[in-house]
Amino acid sequence: MIAVFLKEILDNFRDRRVIINTLIIGPLLGPALFAIMISFMSSQTAERQEAPLELAVVGAENAPNLIGFLERQGVTIKAPPADPEQAVRSEEEEVVLRIPEDFAEHWNEGHPAPVEIIADRSLRYTGTSINRVRGYLNIYNRQISQLRLQLRGIHPDITRPVSSQVVDLSTPTSRGGLILAFLPYFILITVFMGSMHMAVDTTAGERERKSLEPLLINPLPRWQFMAGKLGATTAFALATLALGLIAFVYAMGFLPTADMDIQLNLDFRVAGWAFLIVAPAALLAAALLTILASFAKSFREAQSYIGLVMLVPMIPSFWLLIDPARTETWMTWVPLLNQNVLILELVRGEPVNLVWIAACLISTSALALVLALIAGNLYSRPKLIFNSD
Amino acid sequence: MIEAKQLRKTFSKGKVVAVDEVSFTAPDGQITGLLGPNGAGKTTTLRMLYSLLEPDSGNMQIDGVDPQAEPIEVKRKLGVVPDSRGLYDRLTARENIRYYGKLQGLSKAEIDRRIDRFAQVLDMEKFIERKTEGFSQGQRVKVAIARALIHEPKTVLLDEPSNGLDVMTTRALRGFLQQLKNEGHCVVLSTHIMQEVAALCDRIVIIAAGRVAAEGTADQLLERSGEANLEDAFVKLIGSDEGLLA
Repeated sequence: MIAVFLKEILDNFRDRRVIINTLIIGPLLGPALFAIMISFMSSQTAERQEAPLELAVVGAENAPNLIGFLERQGVTIKAPPADPEQAVRSEEEEVVLRIPEDFAEHWNEGHPAPVEIIADRSLRYTGTSINRVRGYLNIYNRQISQLRLQLRGIHPDITRPVSSQVVDLSTPTSRGGLILAFLPYFILITVFMGSMHMAVDTTAGERERKSLEPLLINPLPRWQFMAGKLGATTAFALATLALGLIAFVYAMGFLPTADMDIQLNLDFRVAGWAFLIVAPAALLAAALLTILASFAKSFREAQSYIGLVMLVPMIPSFWLLIDPARTETWMTWVPLLNQNVLILELVRGEPVNLVWIAACLISTSALALVLALIAGNLYSRPKLIFNSD
Repeated sequence: MIEAKQLRKTFSKGKVVAVDEVSFTAPDGQITGLLGPNGAGKTTTLRMLYSLLEPDSGNMQIDGVDPQAEPIEVKRKLGVVPDSRGLYDRLTARENIRYYGKLQGLSKAEIDRRIDRFAQVLDMEKFIERKTEGFSQGQRVKVAIARALIHEPKTVLLDEPSNGLDVMTTRALRGFLQQLKNEGHCVVLSTHIMQEVAALCDRIVIIAAGRVAAEGTADQLLERSGEANLEDAFVKLIGSDEGLLA
């Protein structure tokens, strides 16, 4: 078994493709993508909020005071397009403000004067612009209503029976945790990437090279061959995981966290816990991919199966992204979901819950061992040994 | 010494009969040839002997060990060069052989000593330290033989050993097998080439369509068929020349 393990390690270290895929691209891809994504997101948001708003206004002449107010707020008023609806639909304009001709009439009578914000809400990037226009209009609203009340000798506070205020208990660390919501997915995918090539090479590759039959004529129980191969694949997955986490810790240092008023809780201590939490998933990934690849006759066939399995670690991550639920104990018993929730707890800076971590390690290891046992029995099936029959 | 009695193996739930009641004996100190056209069941018979396939019925013994009851013990007794001779391209010839030596449980020093001897006997010294990627068929077969025999087994099985070899390598291989025979090994090889059995084998077992069509020395087979040369005898004994031209 140890001989099989050492041989597979040596064999794969000689393969440049494995080294590049598993030990370089695998660990670096996640952090690099992640860092680029986050800095792009933050710079885009900042740009949208701080850049002067250019606003096309239809009927600007109907409300000169409002226009004057907007200009004082730093909004650049543009000449309107001929057909505002069409301009928004064809994405020439993000937002168009329309002031109807009867604006002044309503205003003078003391009725709410209508204005329309024309936009397409299904375009995600317009959200910020709509909110900014609304924000300016709200300020204008408040100023005018206060002036009107003061003219009638009434204190403006009368219109504010309740004063609400959010007391934000979030810390820079927990806000950073929000940003790091993607992190579990990237970490889990690293483990799957790390074991992929090796799982294929030691099983489907062995059949393709026609070296499986002679190998099995050696006097060892069949499960020991598989155990050696699985061990080697797991070792590679763990190496990829360790390198990936180290890369993540360094990548976080490049993010403009101070500008975003957040703190990313991903230092080597957290990375160490994350390694412990995800380690059993390495065996899980190795066993799952090995089982699949064992059924394939060639590298190519194996890779097409594995493409589908790569979706597996995505399911819990995306579920949590779409429906961010509170961590509950049952979740820590579900393999892959538990890695997700526990990493999120960690990066939010919550205290380490040892019971949860134990549940995670026990359940994931148990499932991984079951899969490993299945894998170990595969070579008892003649169909998986011979190429021709 | 191999004794096979009425081995039967079917595939696809009994629809395809690959081996049908095959019996033969291969004594020590002799080379026994399983001769038959392609698809006759030679490889399946060998696979049952080296315990990668279970027979449906029948029994066999290799030096008194039943492969079905003690598959691991039987693998220690056997040296097998199967039809698929896959080597690990990224490992050197020496590393390929050493891997099998370790799987046989030999010590590192012992393995290296034996590899050096094989390198000399099989004329592998020039390429023993090279990665096997790009090796010729002849070089591959030599490495496959060395790794199969690293544990110095008493009984040696070879499936189509001269497939894809040039004349010189084939001659060298025959010399090596003769040497094994003279050392008292039991050598069994399967082939579809008559010249090979004529030149090499002490006993010939003709297998056709999963059955033993005839068994004996070359002279006995000639006598039984009443033909003058082995090729005609072979065709007559199996009843057709199908599969011989491949």
